[in-house]
Amino acid sequence: MSAQMICRNASLGYEDGIVAENLDFTINKGDYLCILGENGSGKSTLIKAILGLKQQISGEIEWCGDVKKNEVGYLPQQTVVQKDFPASVREIVRSGCLAKCGLRPFYSKEEKELAENTMKQLEIDKLAKRCYRELSGGQQQRVLLARALCATRKMLLLDEPVTGLDPKAQLELYKLIAKLNREGITIIMVSHDIFSAVKYASHILHIGGKKQLFFGKTQDYAKSSTGKLFIGTEMIENE
Amino acid sequence: MSNMEKLRFYFEFPFVRYAFIVGILIALCSSLLGVTLVLKRFSFIGDGLSHVAFGAMSLSATLPVMIKKNALAWSGDEKLSPRMQSVVNWFGNLNDMYIVLPVTLICAILLLRTGQNTKIKGDAAVAMLSVCALAIGYLLMNRYPSRANISGDVCSTLFGSTSIITLKPEDVRLCIILSSVVLLTFILFYNKIFAVTFDENFIKAAGVKANAYNLLIAVITALIIVLAMNLVGSLLISALIIFPALSAMRVFKSFRAVIICSAAISVLCAAFGIIASILYSTPVGSTIVAADLAVFILFSIMSAFTRRVRK
Repeated sequence: MSAQMICRNASLGYEDGIVAENLDFTINKGDYLCILGENGSGKSTLIKAILGLKQQISGEIEWCGDVKKNEVGYLPQQTVVQKDFPASVREIVRSGCLAKCGLRPFYSKEEKELAENTMKQLEIDKLAKRCYRELSGGQQQRVLLARALCATRKMLLLDEPVTGLDPKAQLELYKLIAKLNREGITIIMVSHDIFSAVKYASHILHIGGKKQLFFGKTQDYAKSSTGKLFIGTEMIENE
Repeated sequence: MSNMEKLRFYFEFPFVRYAFIVGILIALCSSLLGVTLVLKRFSFIGDGLSHVAFGAMSLSATLPVMIKKNALAWSGDEKLSPRMQSVVNWFGNLNDMYIVLPVTLICAILLLRTGQNTKIKGDAAVAMLSVCALAIGYLLMNRYPSRANISGDVCSTLFGSTSIITLKPEDVRLCIILSSVVLLTFILFYNKIFAVTFDENFIKAAGVKANAYNLLIAVITALIIVLAMNLVGSLLISALIIFPALSAMRVFKSFRAVIICSAAISVLCAAFGIIASILYSTPVGSTIVAADLAVFILFSIMSAFTRRVRK
């Protein structure tokens, strides 16, 4: 197992205050890490830090092995702009190759092939000419996933990917992500859904109250005091 | 005289041909960028910037008068010194573009930056800047009238009723150069503009400099608006930017098809509008916008119809 990203004692925040401090975790190749935490616990700031969009205040985030900074495929939450955006599936998937272009104005043949193959892999090749805004939520997420896979095959960061999907689509997406993970892609997923996290992820990072509450293997999370507390409350709430 | 003969007669004049060329070019450029601006929820940046351009244009029109008045008041003489006179003349002969273009560019960049830091929200900043520019422009024109007919001047800068007919060959050349720059930039950066419009965060995460491309979009938007001032005036520019994009988005489903259709609509409407305005002696700007509106209504009906058929 080789480490791809090491976060050492990092503190994140803005000018007017720290959002999360003392974050200490390692992501290894092939991991499936789930980041849990309530709204406002610093999850989105952590995402920005991992993506290299925001500098940490102290501590360090180190990239090692085969992954460099800005080589993370990102599946963002949907924005308002995208909901009525006139674009075909193929156009969107291809835009994942953009970083490979540099200043070259158009996509190369290899990049176009990469887009086609990725669409086949995610079984959306039949939708290639369809309009993005007319697809179902689950299909839209597959399209965005294909785009992220065009950008990189090493590490994916998914920001609450199942939000707004119906239960069947949620299950399909979780299965798809697990399949990609088995093929060797490192997965980092930000989620509200503790049960699915425990079910699919290999590692859990739980942040809350500006602190890191837990980091470790999923089996250990269920036994830890944080894990017990949160899994317990969720169950009570669900009943 | 039949309509055909009338057209042939008018097209004998170079200024009519100039107006036609400039009109088509501006319509093409504005429609290309319009799609991006509408989708990025920047429809009003066109409005705001065009008011800024109006302010800058009044500034450039009143600058010689302003300098003259203040210089006279300051020196207390009856006549200007020869050096002062030459400064006034220089400003009087200066093409408006050389003042309007830089001012609008700077404002476009400023607007985009305030959009990112959230002290004043994007739409409020646009609104603030646009009313300020309108007010100050009108104030200057009243305080330092360069011609007797102020309301006529204001009306023509706002609605572009006459300026397109008074184009000089120099203006046409400048317009051709600027619109070629816009067209070329758009084609070369097409894929990047698409990605920035669809999902800024994603390409930022992939290490693409999204802010640089946003800046590029702002700069070419400013260029187009300054160009379009001549054609439809500052009040109707928004229409030229928004309508073709909205019409195309009603019917087409891929970004490329929307762009091509919007360009086609815009060019056809501009050509139709200019010819109709010659035949029926209507104001050019408003005729073009009316044509755009008609196409929009047509496309809306079409899309409603096809949707019902599919169901």
